[in-house]
Amino acid sequence: MATTTTLAKAAHGTEPAAYAARIEHVSKSFAGPAGQQLVLDDITLDVAPGEFVTLLGASGCGKSTLLNLVAGLDRPSAGAISTDGRPALMFQEHALFPWLTAGKNIELALRLRGVAKSERRDKAEELLELVRLKGAYGKRVHELSGGMRQRVAMARALAQESKLLLMDEPFAALDAITRDVLHDELTRIWRETRLSVLFVTHNVREAVRLAERVVLLSSRPGRVAREWTVGIEHPRRIEDTAVAELSVEITEELRGEIRRHGQH
Amino acid sequence: MASTDTTRPAKESGDLAGLEAGLDALETVQQGRKPFRQTFVEKILPPAVAVLLVLAVWQGLVSFGIVDDPTKLPAPSDVWDVVHQAWLQGELLGYIWTSVSRGLLGFCFALLIGTPLGLLVARVKFVRAAIGPILSGLQSLPSVAWVPPAVIWLGLNNSMMYAVILLGAVPSIANGLVSGVDQVSPIFLRAGRTLGATGLKGTWHIVLPAALPGYVAGLKQGWAFSWRSLMAAEIIASFPDLGVGLGQLLENGRNASDMAMVFEAILLILIVGIAIDLLIFSPLERWVLRSRGLLVKG
Repeated sequence: MATTTTLAKAAHGTEPAAYAARIEHVSKSFAGPAGQQLVLDDITLDVAPGEFVTLLGASGCGKSTLLNLVAGLDRPSAGAISTDGRPALMFQEHALFPWLTAGKNIELALRLRGVAKSERRDKAEELLELVRLKGAYGKRVHELSGGMRQRVAMARALAQESKLLLMDEPFAALDAITRDVLHDELTRIWRETRLSVLFVTHNVREAVRLAERVVLLSSRPGRVAREWTVGIEHPRRIEDTAVAELSVEITEELRGEIRRHGQH
Repeated sequence: MASTDTTRPAKESGDLAGLEAGLDALETVQQGRKPFRQTFVEKILPPAVAVLLVLAVWQGLVSFGIVDDPTKLPAPSDVWDVVHQAWLQGELLGYIWTSVSRGLLGFCFALLIGTPLGLLVARVKFVRAAIGPILSGLQSLPSVAWVPPAVIWLGLNNSMMYAVILLGAVPSIANGLVSGVDQVSPIFLRAGRTLGATGLKGTWHIVLPAALPGYVAGLKQGWAFSWRSLMAAEIIASFPDLGVGLGQLLENGRNASDMAMVFEAILLILIVGIAIDLLIFSPLERWVLRSRGLLVKG
């Protein structure tokens, strides 16, 4: 089967792309101890412009692998992935460069995108203000708390001005209070910028609280098991009854998926 | 109802900003500089006490007649006299400068050669397979072994000294850079790639700065090797026309059976080696580590 990874060019004046990311019949296998191991099996998924989609699954469902494929860090074994421009990527680790200040981390992203030197400083300050870290420009990475680091990482990802933001469990290592605050923050930024977000998590409530659409992946190999459209109004709270109710339903489904693996 | 619709997001947003500011304030660690008194007691006093103790034992050995032969062990005061005399005659700084200028110049050459070499070994698989093992093997070869061939190839002159320094220091510097590059966390490389730093851009913006701590450690070791190689070369290949450096001073002392002069030379070699490290390389290393939060304050 043909394996292609295309960047759809959405130049000015032409029609905007109908999707931020299009994943078509994508499979991925890795060479394992027991021969080729299928990690992702025939995944088909679209992320619409401005849409917030969470990929939910237990460990071993290949959700991070799928994100790497969409980011272009790896190639699918079969199928095709196209994105509207190069996507930005945020990791569970903040992945900020410790030899640069918070501001310079953002400026490096701008520089690599070809932004003129004279504009970088202002742009970086603007982005820091967007994540509410005004005044953190000259701070070293180790001087920032975990939550602040992830916000700088978010600002750096936004500096790429991609239409699609890929997030690989970006808040998993944070404490519950900070995570909750960053959920609000991400929702606010997503609504302000109208970015498309593809967010990977194993946390059902996080998925429901953030997304417009939740996609449940089965494990070994990863397949799209079920999808839910989340119609709950923003602002949402993690304690909201509607969030809790949908979470219970999705968790049941997820548990069913996991149980299947214990039966053979 | 309409009014609550418009005010709620605004209120939410204000709450969030305040909440975030509070979290940031709670989680940010306040770090101040240590007071000088504490630095003095923890860092300066212990080595000073150790040095004084050694001097006291040394003086004791001579004063109490435990070692009674000044051709074997001169008194500290005799060594001090020799140093003082050399200072008064204006020769002391000459000895030091001859060796230090050679050492630093040789080190700079080693830097110019070792850095690209290290980068090549670290980044090009074939080069690594070809010369990587030789390069790390060379580190265990005492650089004094290079003195005889260097004398035969280049004769008794300054080029021979520089050749010996290079052969001693280049492997350290190159190996430091290689291990620095090897230790770069893959997450930085992945992050760099998603930001568009690939190829040469990736090397310049991500790999080199990330490898800096290992590189600086290599420089530190490279300086120690430079200095040792130079002293070996000066002792073995002393020749009056080359100017008297610290190595020649030691050799002259031996030829004249002047133990005080031998001690003077040994002490100066030790002090200069330590001083260059303390003045240049240690601050550089501390700055690199501190700016990355890698220096744990004890």
